[in-house]
Amino acid sequence: MSQLLTEFRRPELLQIVALTLRVTGAALFLATLAGVPIGALLGLVRFRGQRLVTLALYTGMGLPPVVVGLFVYLFLSSGGPLGVLGWLFTPTAMIVVQAIIAFPLVAGLTMSAVAGVDRAVRQQVFALGASRWQSAWTVLLEARVGVTAAIVAAFGGIISEVGAVMLVGGNIEGQTRVLTTAIVLYTRQGEFALAMALGVVLIAVAFGANVLLLRLQGRLRDQ
Amino acid sequence: MTAAPALYRLESVQHRYGERVVLDVERLEITRGETLAVMGPSGSGKSTLLRLLQFLERPSAGRIWFDDRAIDAEPPLDVRRRVTTVFQRPFVLNRSVRANLTYGLRVRGWSDRPAEIDHLLNALGLATLAHAPAHSLSGGEVQRVALARALAFAPDVLLLDEPTANLDPRNVRLVENLIRERQSQGVTVVLATHQIFQARRLAHRAALLLDGQFVEMAPTAELLDHARDPRTRAFLTGDMVY
Repeated sequence: MSQLLTEFRRPELLQIVALTLRVTGAALFLATLAGVPIGALLGLVRFRGQRLVTLALYTGMGLPPVVVGLFVYLFLSSGGPLGVLGWLFTPTAMIVVQAIIAFPLVAGLTMSAVAGVDRAVRQQVFALGASRWQSAWTVLLEARVGVTAAIVAAFGGIISEVGAVMLVGGNIEGQTRVLTTAIVLYTRQGEFALAMALGVVLIAVAFGANVLLLRLQGRLRDQ
Repeated sequence: MTAAPALYRLESVQHRYGERVVLDVERLEITRGETLAVMGPSGSGKSTLLRLLQFLERPSAGRIWFDDRAIDAEPPLDVRRRVTTVFQRPFVLNRSVRANLTYGLRVRGWSDRPAEIDHLLNALGLATLAHAPAHSLSGGEVQRVALARALAFAPDVLLLDEPTANLDPRNVRLVENLIRERQSQGVTVVLATHQIFQARRLAHRAALLLDGQFVEMAPTAELLDHARDPRTRAFLTGDMVY
């Protein structure tokens, strides 16, 4: 136990936590920015090929992250179509891969939440004078518990992800090492106390972030 | 009343769901400022008529005129905002009672009109529930909130679909008092109801709708006391008219 407490004082710990939050936060922001409007749109409108899009989204929700990592790796590697960007083994590549993993989760679960709002609500707000955009926004607000759950699920999915960020980030000390890749490394090196300390921090970070998201959910409810 | 210009005019309006004709109105005029009670059993087409008058759906055939404008496509927002409906099964938004009441004002970009909101809350016995979450209300309270919410932005036309179905006599009186207040201000009301006595208390004209067609329409007292059509008489005496 005392060894575990000692590990918490390791200077690189703070840097790893900061990078983890930066990468996951940015990826979640991007996935939310794209996923919530697209999911809401899919939940609100009917169009040809909708079943196919829904199927693609649901498949994306179950996509193995390491496969996503492989594709992003191939795109960003020097011989790949985006190799010129020089993003491989940088936090940017990790943000890209996490955003791709998070997007179908945010969009798919937002779509389900919005589609689950009773159609009569839309007619009600329409009859109260809402424009199409106001009506869509109101329905999204009615589905806010489900939308927040979508963001929480995506956050949980990417902060605990290891394979994809390992592939495209490379787990470089001081540059691309995040909590999950560090845990893998230190476990392999037999530094179990440090790996345990990082595990505890990972759980604490996830807990703290979810508290923040749920507080946001509560605030939205009070509006 | 009949000399006043028609606010709504329906010409050869037919509405179908699939192959089934649910409404078939050869001609209907609703005069500005009048209250028309549309009576009829469940499934007679009352709610469909209100949905067309609210522009939620376009008729399968025929034309609706509103304020001398033919509404062929989706009506402009300013036209739609002159009309509102209190549905038979109203939905409250997942926010406070007061926030529900100000919803119609906010979507119009208007200020919150606190004095008017307070008046409506008091008039409908909802003052103590102003800050309660609307989802915690009983069916009768939801119905009163729905009416208050519809009146908060002072619409020109009020479409009421069984507005007192879940209410006890005391609350029926509160609701009807408020409807009368709006009638005196010139609001046009279309009331779908199967309550004959409510039609008598509130409406200038009354009509019986059966299987999507108007059987008879006349000034309320005339229709209720001297109905010409045997089906109207049967409906008024409580006989089955299906």
